[in-house]
Amino acid sequence: MHPAIVSAQPSQSAEKDPDAPLFEGVYLERFEKILSRYPNRRAALLPVLNMAQALRGWLSPQTMTRVAELLDLTPAYVRSVASFYTMYQLRPVGKYLIQVCIGIGCDLCGAEDVVERLLELTQTRLGETSADGKYTVAEVECLGACGFPTVIQVNDRVYENVKAADVTGLLKELN
Amino acid sequence: MAYPHEHPHETRLLSKHFGDEDAVRIDAWIERGGYAALKKGLEMTPDEVTQVVKDAGLRGRGGAGFPAGLKWSFMPKDDRPRYLACNADESEPGTFKDRELMRWTPHQVIEGIILASYAIQAQHAYIYIRGEFVDVVRVLNQAVVDAYERGYLGKNILGSGFDLELTVHLGAGAYIAGEETGLLNSLEGRRAEPRVKPPFPAQRGAFDMPTTVNNVETLAAVPHIVEHGADWYRQWGTEKRPGTKLFSCCGHLQRPGNYELPLDFNLKDLVLDICGGPPEGRALLAVIPGGSSVPIMTPAEIDCDVSYEGVEAAGSLLGSGGLIAMDDSTCMVRAVRRMVEFYAHESCGQCTNCREGTSWLANILRRIERGDGREEDLPLLLDIGANMAGRTICPLSDSAAVPVVSSIQKFEGEYMAHIKDGRCSAVR
Ligand SMILES: Cc1cc2nc3c(=O)[nH]c(=O)nc-3n(C[C@H](O)[C@H](O)[C@H](O)COP(=O)(O)O)c2cc1C
Ligand code: SF4
Ligand code: FES
Repeated sequence: MHPAIVSAQPSQSAEKDPDAPLFEGVYLERFEKILSRYPNRRAALLPVLNMAQALRGWLSPQTMTRVAELLDLTPAYVRSVASFYTMYQLRPVGKYLIQVCIGIGCDLCGAEDVVERLLELTQTRLGETSADGKYTVAEVECLGACGFPTVIQVNDRVYENVKAADVTGLLKELN
Repeated sequence: MAYPHEHPHETRLLSKHFGDEDAVRIDAWIERGGYAALKKGLEMTPDEVTQVVKDAGLRGRGGAGFPAGLKWSFMPKDDRPRYLACNADESEPGTFKDRELMRWTPHQVIEGIILASYAIQAQHAYIYIRGEFVDVVRVLNQAVVDAYERGYLGKNILGSGFDLELTVHLGAGAYIAGEETGLLNSLEGRRAEPRVKPPFPAQRGAFDMPTTVNNVETLAAVPHIVEHGADWYRQWGTEKRPGTKLFSCCGHLQRPGNYELPLDFNLKDLVLDICGGPPEGRALLAVIPGGSSVPIMTPAEIDCDVSYEGVEAAGSLLGSGGLIAMDDSTCMVRAVRRMVEFYAHESCGQCTNCREGTSWLANILRRIERGDGREEDLPLLLDIGANMAGRTICPLSDSAAVPVVSSIQKFEGEYMAHIKDGRCSAVR
């Protein structure tokens, strides 16, 4: 992978593994490449947390402590940064993290109905994971695609123009 | 697939290739004239590149409208490392233009970044892109790798002796990381808390070194200006605001999407003609012309040109160019509540007036919307709003009060219907 693009996405994948080896082999290589792009180690914090989350699905205290060690930071510092950013999950989430935009653009065009339908079909409450561990439905602020409401992000995929009537199909497609 | 909607009244410079799936590939981009401006620019001196951008009158497209060439000329010319940060954090509700620029024309953005970096003699450029832009990042990453492979990035670019590294840096969800000093803190691995200015980024920016922060759309305009010259660029727009601008249009419209217009275009024509106005059978209730941080306009106010001055004279601001239209099915109190909740959620919490003010506004609006409002609530909202303006580290606090204050001024009836009669005046 070219070092210019090693910064991983903090988004989820369905195949997350909370115990994935993170600082070994190819990931260690990637870590070194990340470091090579910044004048100091602290600047690698977001890219490294992103990589950790993409792989493990959430940032456990152990993960954050390990990241802190590798970057010569304190665990408390890493936690304080991680808690600032909404994409970092500080608790485990379901296989599919379904984030529905409720920003003004989507709200005007029926985002509320989409959320309601999702909660009904996944039998969950907002932010909680379904009993089978499959779904976590969350509301998020503007996803930057306001002309195509309602915008939904499921793990690392974005769906546009989702209406309440499309929700059944969307969940089918995931499975 | 063609880009959802195009309109014959548009002037497509930056968005010419939206919808053209091939244009993301470097060969196809070069066939379409891509990277010609880079060759030309690298034969000029850095100061000449800055000068042509100054002469063209290009203003920043990220919201504040600061002249781009002038900003570049503030970069000290000493031997410290210098950085360029491309602001691709786009998260102002209603704005979705940078995403489309990167999604459809990543090389246009990269070429602009290289030219700007050359002008300020930066050694490293970072694209700070919001972490939520998953599909866009895939396209952008490929384009960056291809640009390296062709020698447009890296050492001795096109034999000019100019070296530049470019790194795509992903955020992790924070609107305030779009504020330029919040961005710099975030890039450095900190909480994205805005810094007190001065010092400005040109003096002490990323890693304490001189840094220029420019919006994606600003940078995307640079290759066009370098290639064709300042006079050519000035054929569009107004004397003070030359050129074209992308307008992201959303909400209750028949044809939402991004449209590129010269800055002397009429706002009403944009809403009613280009976007087709509200859906069949609906009447227009309000327009927000520049993202959720600018004053709400009534339909009677929108007969003005879309230049920054034109919109300002009509009582609002152009901001980032994110237009939100609302028809008569809208509950104004709810819409404002939703916008204010956004700011309450995104306030970084450093300033008391912002942290407390945003959550107070949201609480009171929720109360009014539920039908539990009191008549004193309107003066109370205005009072809180007044205390939030001009007293904080960054303008997020001011922004949060704007929808509240402007909607009370212009749509008081809707608030009073909730407060007095416990009902909403929206037409369902
Ligand atoms: C709260 C807040 C959020 C902002 N968000 C963005 C953003 O997402 N993208 C952007 O380009 N500028 C944003 N800005 C403006 C930047 O601070 C900065 O002015 C801009 O990136 C400069 O680029 P320009 O001169 O090319 O417009 C924001 C400003 C504030 C106060
Ligand atoms: S105004 Fe609000 S967002 Fe800006 S620095 Fe202060 S608390 Fe943070
Ligand atoms: S409001 Fe939903 S994407 Fe912007």
